[in-house]
Amino acid sequence: MTGADTVARARVTPDQPQPYAELGLTAAEYAKITGTLGRRPTGAELALYSVMWSEHCSYKSSKVHLRQLADQAPASAALLAGIGHNAGVVDIGQGYAVTFKIESHNHPSYVEPHQGAATGVGGIVRDILAMGARPVAVMDALRFGPASAPDTGRVLPGVVSGISFYGNCLGLPNIGGELDFDPCYAGNPLVNALCVGVMRHGDLQVASATGPGNQVIVFGSTTGPDGVGGASVLASAAFGGSGETAKRPSVQVGDPFLEKLLVECCLELFAEGLVVGIQDLGAAGVACATTELAAAGTGGMRVRLDAVPLRDASLGPPEILMSESQERMMAVVEPARVGRFLEVCAKWEVRAAVIGEVTDGGRLVMTWRGDVVVDIPPGSAADGPVYRRPLARPAAQDTLAADDPAALPRPAGGAALRADLLALIGSPGLADKGWVTDQYDRYVRGDTVLAMPEDGGLLRVDDATGLGIALATDGNGRYCRLDPYLGTQLVLAEAYRNVAVTGARPLAVTNCLNFGSPEDPAVMWQFAEAVRGLADGCAALGVPVTGGNVSFYNQTGTVAIHPTPVVGVLGVHDDARRRLSIGFGTEGADLVLLGRTEAEFGGSAWAHVRHGHLGGRPPAPRLDAERRLAGLLAAACAGGLLAAAHDLSDGGLAVALAECCLRGGVGCQVRPPGDAFTWLFSESAARALVAVRPGAQAAFDDLRATQQVPGEVIGRVGGDSLVVEGSFAIPLAELAAVHTAALPALFG
Amino acid sequence: MRIGVITFPGSLDDRDAARAVSLAGAEPVALWHGDRALRGVDAVILPGGFSYGDYLRCGAIARFAPVMTELVTAARSGLPVLGICNGFQILCEAHLLPGALTRNSGLRFVTRDLRLRVENDQTAWTRAYRRGEQIVVPLKSGEGAYAADPATLADLEAAGQVVIRYASGNPNGSAAGIAGVCNAEGNVVGLMPHPEHAVDPLTGPSADGLRFFASALGAVLR
Repeated sequence: MTGADTVARARVTPDQPQPYAELGLTAAEYAKITGTLGRRPTGAELALYSVMWSEHCSYKSSKVHLRQLADQAPASAALLAGIGHNAGVVDIGQGYAVTFKIESHNHPSYVEPHQGAATGVGGIVRDILAMGARPVAVMDALRFGPASAPDTGRVLPGVVSGISFYGNCLGLPNIGGELDFDPCYAGNPLVNALCVGVMRHGDLQVASATGPGNQVIVFGSTTGPDGVGGASVLASAAFGGSGETAKRPSVQVGDPFLEKLLVECCLELFAEGLVVGIQDLGAAGVACATTELAAAGTGGMRVRLDAVPLRDASLGPPEILMSESQERMMAVVEPARVGRFLEVCAKWEVRAAVIGEVTDGGRLVMTWRGDVVVDIPPGSAADGPVYRRPLARPAAQDTLAADDPAALPRPAGGAALRADLLALIGSPGLADKGWVTDQYDRYVRGDTVLAMPEDGGLLRVDDATGLGIALATDGNGRYCRLDPYLGTQLVLAEAYRNVAVTGARPLAVTNCLNFGSPEDPAVMWQFAEAVRGLADGCAALGVPVTGGNVSFYNQTGTVAIHPTPVVGVLGVHDDARRRLSIGFGTEGADLVLLGRTEAEFGGSAWAHVRHGHLGGRPPAPRLDAERRLAGLLAAACAGGLLAAAHDLSDGGLAVALAECCLRGGVGCQVRPPGDAFTWLFSESAARALVAVRPGAQAAFDDLRATQQVPGEVIGRVGGDSLVVEGSFAIPLAELAAVHTAALPALFG
Repeated sequence: MRIGVITFPGSLDDRDAARAVSLAGAEPVALWHGDRALRGVDAVILPGGFSYGDYLRCGAIARFAPVMTELVTAARSGLPVLGICNGFQILCEAHLLPGALTRNSGLRFVTRDLRLRVENDQTAWTRAYRRGEQIVVPLKSGEGAYAADPATLADLEAAGQVVIRYASGNPNGSAAGIAGVCNAEGNVVGLMPHPEHAVDPLTGPSADGLRFFASALGAVLR
């Protein structure tokens, strides 16, 4: 391209108008750039700042709140790398470290569901890879509009096929996640992808460009026009009311085969010690990788933009900087090792090009065919602005809280309770997820011990010792809408509990915070409350947040989604061979309900499914009780006392019993107390259902007393029906038919 | 006994196949798609995955990999060869096995634990089973529907070259419910389901798949 806008030209044409507003920058932000540079930015610099200062990359609205997560994080000896890295790293013992993170790909998945969701998987996998770990599994937390809405019929199958296509082809087992539906996600589906990786201590890689003279190499895919401006245009603005076809070129296209080669190539480069620093190219592509590597390193870098391999020769500096072409990485390599580096890339048929070098000049300088087109202090782009946006608790919160579900008509008698349970397990959010999960490979790599429909995923890490890791993600927009502070704590507690019921000890937290527009003070209040709840909750549970992601602008017009923080919890399992499944298998095992049940129906699945009602207060979080419950479950698992364990959450005990029966193919008989309805459907926190092995009841009671967890025997496992004595019975075949029919009936 | 496991670019279940070989009591040997020799192995497994990204057609590019030249020669001389999923597709593309694998009838990827019936217990890879025995092994594929022309299908049935059949419904529209076939000599077997994912009840639905690998051990020793 001739006529690239150079620094020299910018100096002599200070008044040339620039399209900063179209690129999503405000007048104040543009003025700040001009002030930093002492001149107008070049076209390339403007492109670079616009993507780096986008909400998606800069966290400019969330940063002031997110600080609490690091400042209040409980001390954890397990934390090897915390917030601020590509992903957090946790020590799980025996020389192993684990890194995990969850990230959103909401907006692209609405515009182009298949590719949007596919590249969401690809992006989070490269984040994990960049830490030096081998990616070993993925999970997906998905939320859509009403299941019967025509647009959900477009978006959901595309999202699932995209995840299936990319994850399966990459060879990563999909071990769990979520699927939920609510009208608030119509037009703003949530597609949150989690990846977990395993490495040995000492394999940790850094994202910094140190050592003047070291070479900067871009490798992987070529750079094309796909995803130009994805971070600023798509992820950092609300959708308008009109058609979205104009944004289609902003969605990237994925090639999982190339990503598989890139993974193996990187792991071989790491093993040979050929890399000084490494960064994946995700949102904001070359712009982000170069500025972040330089800002975190010696401070300077010289880049020849014309050396970046292109798949479209018409691209100029701004497009190359902004492109979000997938499957690319950037490495910093000592000059003497460049030859070997390129050999390894050649073995894996991965294209690589030296595009620059580290300098000690403190400037990020980029040239295009000999002319300087970028000359900036990299920190000014990497750090970005910080906003303390106005926030205001909306008055409607009080109206919402006053709308108590206690006023809702309750089922009277066994037949009505039976009908309610069938309605719940046949509702799209609680129905069997096989339509989705059967499209994912859960077996590849041979280490999957638990996967959906279990509460958490569990992977074996060491064949000899049985060391394993458990993972769960949870979100609940209804609870968080009623009270974002308490709701976020409930979500955290549920993920923590879901890890604990596998027999693992929860260790660390990642989060993906999905909200509406930060420019709306009501949304900003929700966000601030959610982060405060998460920070307090993590402190109370003793698990640090190791990293996360914020997705704002999940709204259409002025209507925002429910505040939907999705929390991922990682735990370590001392011996995955002793894992607990939710499935009832052992006839005659006593069923024990752990925890205390109160009448808590605000935001419950029962109120939602049976009455379309959302109001009142969410259940009270009981974080001390959660800690004791988790301690009891880990000890009981290690002692071999339990035959099954299932957390109680959406739909309460009734849904948990149904899921345990269906998973194991064995029924149960339980005796309700006086108020069968509350006992069956309340969603009180810090509860679990366990099946105690015959003969282990006394030992379990002792342990329960020691851990101070309330509990009572409610019945036993056996038969081929779910029987609630004195109330109703449902044959497993009927239960299964209702449970499995819902999604195929909707999606084919 | 040494069993080679070939890694093509895009192979995914190579590590699982190697683990299954170890559990069966043999020594797994990693073979690379660019190798020109088979390193003296006693049998070879082509594992599952998406070799070359399944570009053009599943297995269509992998059949031209350098390692395939020697493999085809050795297979024709009686070397036990097992292709699983993508490996089955490659063996069909290389004309070591008849027929082809096409898109699932439901047009979606299917992962499911399935009951399978052993139809031929005389091949190099099924000797440790009994004819008519039912086993539980996962299937996971998007293009797993076995297809062949009517004459070929009739020949396969008549010659006993249908090795494994789906026993509880047909998950992908395979002709005659065929899940696995062998060549006329019985040393080359292709399977759509994944026995390497059924070698330990901890990580699979059963340990029923282990005997495919143990069979090869017996086939070589006898």
